[in-house]
Amino acid sequence: MTEYNYQAATPEAEVDSRSDLPGGRNVLAVEGLPVGDLEAVTLSVAGGQCVAIGGTSGSGKTRLLRAIADLDPVPGHIEYRMTLAGRDHLHFSGAEWRRRVAYVAAESQWWFDDVARHFSVTPDAEHYQALGLDISILQRPVSHLSTGERQRLALLRVLVQQPQVLLLDEPTASLDPVAARAVEQVIEDYRQRHQAAVLWVSHDPAQIQRVSQRYLRLDQGRLIEQAARV
Amino acid sequence: MNGLVMLTAADLSLAALLILALATLSLLMGLGLVRSLVIASLRTVIQLILIGLVLKAVFAHVNPLWIVVIALTMLLVAGREVMARQQRRFQGWWGFGLGATAMFVSTFTITVLVLLVIVQPVPWYTPQYAIPLLGMMFGNTMNGIALGLDQLTQQAWQQRAVIEARLALGQESHQAIAEIRRDSVRTGLIPMINAMATAGLVSLPGMMTGQILAGIDPVKAVNYQILIMFMVTAGTGFGTIAAIVIGARHLFDVRQRLRLERLNSDEYHADREF
Repeated sequence: MTEYNYQAATPEAEVDSRSDLPGGRNVLAVEGLPVGDLEAVTLSVAGGQCVAIGGTSGSGKTRLLRAIADLDPVPGHIEYRMTLAGRDHLHFSGAEWRRRVAYVAAESQWWFDDVARHFSVTPDAEHYQALGLDISILQRPVSHLSTGERQRLALLRVLVQQPQVLLLDEPTASLDPVAARAVEQVIEDYRQRHQAAVLWVSHDPAQIQRVSQRYLRLDQGRLIEQAARV
Repeated sequence: MNGLVMLTAADLSLAALLILALATLSLLMGLGLVRSLVIASLRTVIQLILIGLVLKAVFAHVNPLWIVVIALTMLLVAGREVMARQQRRFQGWWGFGLGATAMFVSTFTITVLVLLVIVQPVPWYTPQYAIPLLGMMFGNTMNGIALGLDQLTQQAWQQRAVIEARLALGQESHQAIAEIRRDSVRTGLIPMINAMATAGLVSLPGMMTGQILAGIDPVKAVNYQILIMFMVTAGTGFGTIAAIVIGARHLFDVRQRLRLERLNSDEYHADREF
């Protein structure tokens, strides 16, 4: 049985912006990122690695993911750095960055009633099956889908674009245990096949153990690395 | 043709009784409109008498400077009106400047074009033509821009989660707001399109009616009305499109992040006095 040892990591363990780590093409590194009231955030995730983010409600987990997706403005006088495989995020346009560093919100959003119109790339039947969905779901209007179906489709909508980094905000929050395990497996497969870096916000300690190799916890405005999996 | 039947102050007082009757009904029904109705009526009387005197003086002395002064006054008031009609207007200079600039460009360009190329009075800025045309252009363009911008900012506010979800999928900002932008332009333009579609069937447009009342041959009045409707629709369309396109861009920053803090969040002044 693998366990997490809840000890604060040394500062050195938190800072690592090198891109020559395993899976270096997809290394996400963040240095001094201002996120709301939080202490400036510094972290790195190697390609093929899944880092879980925990913390109580309101501790800033969602804001952290949004900030890394470059969805929230940063005051001009603050110096910070975000890189993907060593390339600064300012090297990319906002849209290019977010195509590579994809944020999947806890609550999915839909703007057409036709499911298929939300997909820039058409998924294969096996993609639906892996998530416990039937391909006929494409024929149904969005307004007839359950919250869980929408959540899985929102994840699929992102995966077919093949991002290098996944920022997942409680991706299994409205799913039953079977569907949740299917989603975990799909993300695991994607992570390994594409050597994607994954940041996964979760409240479920068992899930954190199953899906992640590292665990960071937001506590009183600080991001603290818990000891690596034994 | 018969001449115009002149109205006296006594005739207008009788007409004012209609407003008083409406105000009384509003009071009885508790509609809360009495104050607005009375103030608006008084403003109508005072403003129109003043502009009548001003126009009389301007027509008597054809001086382009006076036309510029009147046109700029119209622009400033219309710009303020566009701003005041926004539930969530842009903050700072943008709140006034966006609508006023779009109105300035579309209204002046089209009016000058129509005066120089189509109507061709001598001189081309003859106030008898320039000022009524500008007035009608401003009135309608102002409505279109105000309706369109209000729709844009309201929808962006209400659909922020959808816009951000689209941005998170890697869409460009213009894609993320495309449907809202299109609906906003439509909202600004539909009243003019409807007015053209029903002109002569359901409604007799005000300018044409005025000319007919003044004893002009209805067929000649119709020609002017067609010209007015085309130029007003074009002005409203170009002005609304310019305001919406620029406004939609200003909702995002250079990193294509949605910046709703650029909008005021204060409550709608539905009960504001004119």
